[in-house]
Amino acid sequence: MTGPALFLLLAGLGAIAWVSARARALRLQIVARATGRRDAVHSLPGYHGWYVALWTIAPAILFLAVWANIVPGLVTQAVLADPAAQSLPMDDFYRSAILGEARSIATGAQAGAFNPLAQGLVEPYRAAINKYGVAGAVLAIVLAFAGGAYAFTRVRPDFRARTRVERLVMATLLIASLLAIVTTVGIVASLLWESFRFFSMVNPLDFLFGTKWSPQSAAMGYGNEDAFGAVPLFWGTIFIGAIIAMVVAIPLGLMSAIYLTQYAQPVVRKWMKPTLEMLAGVPTVVYGYFAALTIAPALRDFAVMIGIHGASSESALAAGLVMGVMIIPFVSSMADDSIAAVPQSMRDGSLAMGATTSETIRKVLIPAALPGVVGGVLLAVSRAIGETMIVVMAAGLAANLTLNPFASVTTVTTQIVQLLTGDQEFDSAKTLAAFALGLVLFVVTLLLNIVALRVVKKYREAYE
Amino acid sequence: MTEAINPLAIANPKMSARDVKVFYGAKQAIKGVSIDVDMDHVTAFIGPSGCGKSTFLRTLNRMNDTVASARVEGMITLDGEDIYSPSMDVVQLRARVGMVFQKPNPFPKSIYENIAYGPRIHGLAHAKADLDVVVEKSLRRAGLWEEVKDRLHDSGTALSGGQQQRLCIGRAIAVEPEVILMDEPCSALDPIATAKIEELIHELRGRYAIVIVTHNMQQAARVSQRTAFFHLGDLVEYGVTSDIFTNPTQERTKDYITGRYG
Repeated sequence: MTGPALFLLLAGLGAIAWVSARARALRLQIVARATGRRDAVHSLPGYHGWYVALWTIAPAILFLAVWANIVPGLVTQAVLADPAAQSLPMDDFYRSAILGEARSIATGAQAGAFNPLAQGLVEPYRAAINKYGVAGAVLAIVLAFAGGAYAFTRVRPDFRARTRVERLVMATLLIASLLAIVTTVGIVASLLWESFRFFSMVNPLDFLFGTKWSPQSAAMGYGNEDAFGAVPLFWGTIFIGAIIAMVVAIPLGLMSAIYLTQYAQPVVRKWMKPTLEMLAGVPTVVYGYFAALTIAPALRDFAVMIGIHGASSESALAAGLVMGVMIIPFVSSMADDSIAAVPQSMRDGSLAMGATTSETIRKVLIPAALPGVVGGVLLAVSRAIGETMIVVMAAGLAANLTLNPFASVTTVTTQIVQLLTGDQEFDSAKTLAAFALGLVLFVVTLLLNIVALRVVKKYREAYE
Repeated sequence: MTEAINPLAIANPKMSARDVKVFYGAKQAIKGVSIDVDMDHVTAFIGPSGCGKSTFLRTLNRMNDTVASARVEGMITLDGEDIYSPSMDVVQLRARVGMVFQKPNPFPKSIYENIAYGPRIHGLAHAKADLDVVVEKSLRRAGLWEEVKDRLHDSGTALSGGQQQRLCIGRAIAVEPEVILMDEPCSALDPIATAKIEELIHELRGRYAIVIVTHNMQQAARVSQRTAFFHLGDLVEYGVTSDIFTNPTQERTKDYITGRYG
């Protein structure tokens, strides 16, 4: 039996369970009502239906999930026990290659065998897959019936199906939220583990404080030693994300927030705010095109015209400017929120003393909203330094340690992309360096986020 | 409809309103109010919620300008000068007609900076020494100096509610206004803090023209010498406070002060 058919069957069983349990609960309700007790049936019939349906489906699905993970092992064991498997080579690599080929043919993913040995194993494979497939389906259906029957016997007037369903809903929601946390933990663990491997090959101090970055030199045949001094990368990241981008995003974001909250007519605000926020929805790769194809060449021409040496067609400035534009909505919407959160009475108080609107903004609103604005800026910085597409396309690959914004620099994220694209061996220092870089990026953005959220929270408390 | 009652025949009113109408969008909140406010007396505006007394108060220093949908008709003068004329500088007007709000709203700055805010923006004091003098004088007038003189650089928001309200009064005084408008200044305060504010109003009387909006009729009777009763956007009756409370001429006034409604 195929997977989809099995799932349909289970769903059908669930539906039948729902209908029959509901019908039974309805009958019980009618009987109980006839005796004159309004509260005789604790839960509405629908809840009994859901309770039994869930008992029918959930155990079977859980079983199938577990089953799907153990079946491949069982199948392989069965095949290896087959007489045809005796002639397999002992070498692990060939052995698994042949087994893989036989499985592909058996499941129809591959038409014919290169290796005659594999051909002989196709039949045992097919038989084993069938056997375990049928066994799994039968077990799942039996479980569905068993679960459904167990739950059905519990459909009684005083059974609290409503409470049970509620508990199950809560458990489902809990699992959903735990999944995100577990994933995060998994990512961090893998980052830590791979970074640890990297640091067993490269001295962490050389990595964090070294100024020469050239991970590919040994592989490319020039130079003798790879160099993993990440300072030029850190500098490039800060230069683009925390300096150039912020020089663009902070004033523009702040000013647009002030305009939108203080000066704009409601109609204007109604249109401008969503339009501005749409900037945040533009895919970063589109910004990347824009930076690489429009801004960067224009900047290079400009730099050449005013006589700046070392101007490159991929420049920190191009990437930084475009990234700044991308970040504007983050800054402006955080600033907007925190300015709007300053009580109207504060503004009235200042205006009533004869302050102009701009004096009120400068001397009362901005200082009062400052913590929120700072929080927003920190979040924006953490977003900017983690941004990848724009810098990959517009910032370049040369690990320069330079203050010249027209020169090409590279960033942590760009280098991670460089190190991990293409065919890689996952045990060379070059590849593992990507994880170390990722770890640094993760720690920095995490810290920024924690500080930013603290600041914002503290400020919110001040007004509530 | 318009009851331009003005039995007091003030010769030289500080502020005077003639047939003032206020609209919020299509809704009319004030239906033609005429009233004179003089320098020597505290004027109280009383009336049930939604009667327009606060709205009218806010027309006197054009705080309604900050409400986009509000529109004012009629004439209001300050020392004979039309405050709604295009040549009137709203910023200057608000420096001359100060305001204290319902809820104390000190800026989230130090006590000193709260008071110094107005003098700074209006250029009333430049040197630090001058500013110190203004701050002390204003806090003394607001009856707060003794309580805060040792912690002028603590945050204004850390004071108690009553102290905050006196700080706001001091802040208004610091720009040397001629008129002080108070919009239910005690409604967020406890009785002791209220008593202190009322005492302060007595002390300030004569130096500034004071107009106070209040929900509390006892308070109007205690602090004011002139009382105006508003109802549904009309000025129903305006007169000497003791007359209004003991001998109202209008049926609606009588009903209100005897607690028939409101």
